[in-house]
Amino acid sequence: MAHELTTADGVPLRISLERALLRSRIRAALLVVPLMAFLLFAFILPIFDMLYRSVENSIVAQVLPETVVVLRDWDETGDALPDETVFETAVADIQAAFKAKTLGRLARRLNYEKPGMASLLRKSGRRSLRITEAPWSEQLIKIDRKWGDINLWRLIKRESDHVTESYFLAAVDMRLDDLGAVSWQPENRQIYLQLFWKTVWMSGLITILCLLLGYPVAFLLATLPLRTSNLLMVLVLLPFWTSLLVRTTSWIALLQHEGVLNDLMVVVGLISDDGRLQMIHNKIGTFVAMTHILLPFMILPLYSVMKTIPPSYMRAARSLGATPFTAFVRVYLPNTVSGIGAGSILVFILSIGYYITPALVGGRTGTFISNFIASHVSVTLNWGLAAALGVILLALVLALYLLYDRIVGIDNMKLG
Amino acid sequence: MPDAQEALVAFEGVQKTYDGRQLVVRDLNLDIARGEFLTMLGPSGSGKTTCLMMLAGFETPTHGRILLKGTELNRVPPHRRGIGMVFQNYALFPHMTVYENLAFPLEVRGMSRAEIETKVARALDMVRLPVFGGRRPAQLSGGQQQRVAVARALVFEPDLVLMDEPLGALDKNLREEMQYEIKHIHESLGVTVVYVTHDQSEALTMSNRIAVFDDGVIQQLATPDVLYEKPENAFVAQFIGENNRLTARVKELDGSFCTVELEDGQKVRALSVNVSGAGEITTLSLRPERVVIGPGQDFADNRISGRVEELIYLGDHIRARLTVAGNDSFIVKVANAHDHVRLSQGSEVPLGWASEDCRALDAGVGNAAPA
Ligand SMILES: Nc1ncnc2c1ncn2[C@@H]1O[C@H](COP(=O)(O)OP(=O)(O)OP(=O)(O)O)[C@@H](O)[C@H]1O
Ligand SMILES: [Mg+2]
Repeated sequence: MAHELTTADGVPLRISLERALLRSRIRAALLVVPLMAFLLFAFILPIFDMLYRSVENSIVAQVLPETVVVLRDWDETGDALPDETVFETAVADIQAAFKAKTLGRLARRLNYEKPGMASLLRKSGRRSLRITEAPWSEQLIKIDRKWGDINLWRLIKRESDHVTESYFLAAVDMRLDDLGAVSWQPENRQIYLQLFWKTVWMSGLITILCLLLGYPVAFLLATLPLRTSNLLMVLVLLPFWTSLLVRTTSWIALLQHEGVLNDLMVVVGLISDDGRLQMIHNKIGTFVAMTHILLPFMILPLYSVMKTIPPSYMRAARSLGATPFTAFVRVYLPNTVSGIGAGSILVFILSIGYYITPALVGGRTGTFISNFIASHVSVTLNWGLAAALGVILLALVLALYLLYDRIVGIDNMKLG
Repeated sequence: MPDAQEALVAFEGVQKTYDGRQLVVRDLNLDIARGEFLTMLGPSGSGKTTCLMMLAGFETPTHGRILLKGTELNRVPPHRRGIGMVFQNYALFPHMTVYENLAFPLEVRGMSRAEIETKVARALDMVRLPVFGGRRPAQLSGGQQQRVAVARALVFEPDLVLMDEPLGALDKNLREEMQYEIKHIHESLGVTVVYVTHDQSEALTMSNRIAVFDDGVIQQLATPDVLYEKPENAFVAQFIGENNRLTARVKELDGSFCTVELEDGQKVRALSVNVSGAGEITTLSLRPERVVIGPGQDFADNRISGRVEELIYLGDHIRARLTVAGNDSFIVKVANAHDHVRLSQGSEVPLGWASEDCRALDAGVGNAAPA
């Protein structure tokens, strides 16, 4: 074998090459460090935090630390109440929690699982201070009969684990019944599956509307002479230069009961004054405003694909004997599939997680899952359920993305 | 000229403007015979593509009419004209295989599957790509794509095929090979071809007739040999082949010849092609291979002298660049025969030519009008 090549000063060539490459790699890495750090704190960590919160359940074990320990020996499958020691420990825990003011959090947590738990715990907190000696169980049950309900103890024991599936079950309209088996929520409390479905089909319809409205515009953009198409492009991009809130509220001004459109139709005589149409604060409002707001996200990917299609394709098809329609369907359309895919997936994903517009114009019927997530975060403060709903939404989007990759191929996606 | 009855295509007084200010095609009158290979040749922007697009139906003439087999085309949409077309960038459909590309024109005509299969196979055989049917255009070389494009334009057996600089994107060797192949296909199928190029050697080797375009007007329409040997104006003489041009003033017209005076006062005789009277400025056109160095008695009328500026050895002949009557790019080809004249740089040599080889043409664009 030939001896190893070296540079002029005797360092093996391979090693000095690696050194040189390493230096340029480090330089490249340094350039993206600020962005990576930003993404880590603003995006990746919050996602993990959300994943964690959707199953996190340490509150019961924190507030009733001793009770949880002694309950381990109790057989919840039988029909005997826990014994006196459990009651004694529980009373001590409740007293401590009342003094430490942590009982409220426990009350809220357990109320998600079983309505009535909150009032029970609040009631028991102060009164439990009076209990100082045996019989523990008797006195506790005297404060509220529910303490004698075996299902209550089953619930406490079940929720003493540090992780829980109950948020996810709740997010798909299910729950654990008294015996710990998975079952549907009662009919009148089932809302989330319906809401997910509504979010998906409405987003789908918005995507289709955007495609139908955006395709011809993108076609014009790609085929008109430069000066005209530049002007058109400015019009397409105009919405990006105005605030989202302004655009959404102007739809309210246009569509509301006493709004411009209704007024106009009354004046023209299309409808009578008391026959004004309800076009906002319902599904119609969401469709109109969302389609308008997301339209550019459909047009731009379509345009960037159409721009690359030479006009000679259509001409060739025509010269080969195809009518304009056939030429379009068999030659032009297939060449824009990657743009249709990219635009549709972009619009659909944006739509499925949209919050502000449905909140403003959706009323009660036109709201999306994200509006409920927001209300759980800021109104009911049920962060666990909000996180579980968020995780499901994230999974839905990822699944869609993978499906798209399978069918069209992500590499074929042209976003602009 | 083919007479009107057998003309497959006729342009009658066609004019075209895109912007309403400038005529891109000015008064085009052209008959194309069935089975002919007609080339439109001209510099960039001379309106060739525009003519082709009007014929194919993608542009409408601003004025005049185009007839195909005697019927006026102006209102017939492109897909009902039945004209095959080969585009410069091939325009093969990238989402279809070669087979599907070729089957496309047959499918839209509603042919049966079996019929399509035999026709596509025959077309692929014709362009010598029998096993490439399953490939996508992107998986073919430039030359192969070109062949597929030709096959696709021919597979539905049109009477007329238009080709707009179909070989423009190929390298020189492939170009020459494809020129031969297209010519061969033209001869064996008897199809009429209208071909656009701005490469004059391509036009000369392939065509039956060439229409030389400049500035939206056909400058000359003739067979390749006539075009080369008997150019009718200065533009054609300069555009086709290598040409020596000398500016001169007409002294005297006698019959088909004239006597002219060169810029340095020397007098020569030339064939008067495009001059009408004494005193006019004319451009003399003289092919380099027709100039003789050290002429004998036969060329007594046209004896002038020139100074040798540069000699380039090319094996079979020697290219000499001389200064003749103020023109310092006068080219003479000296055949490398065993007794050829030895030239040396800087020397003065006598030159001569036959009067009928020297054509007195119009003044040309570069020359000022007579004072
Ligand atoms: N669609 C159009 N709109 C406006 N002007 C055009 C259009 N197409 C061509 N022109 C103009 O018409 C003139 C002739 O163009 P054409 O394409 O016919 O030339 P050509 O002879 O094919 O040139 P080339 O050899 O460069 O292809 C040019 O000046 C060109 O700028
Ligand atoms: Mg052209």
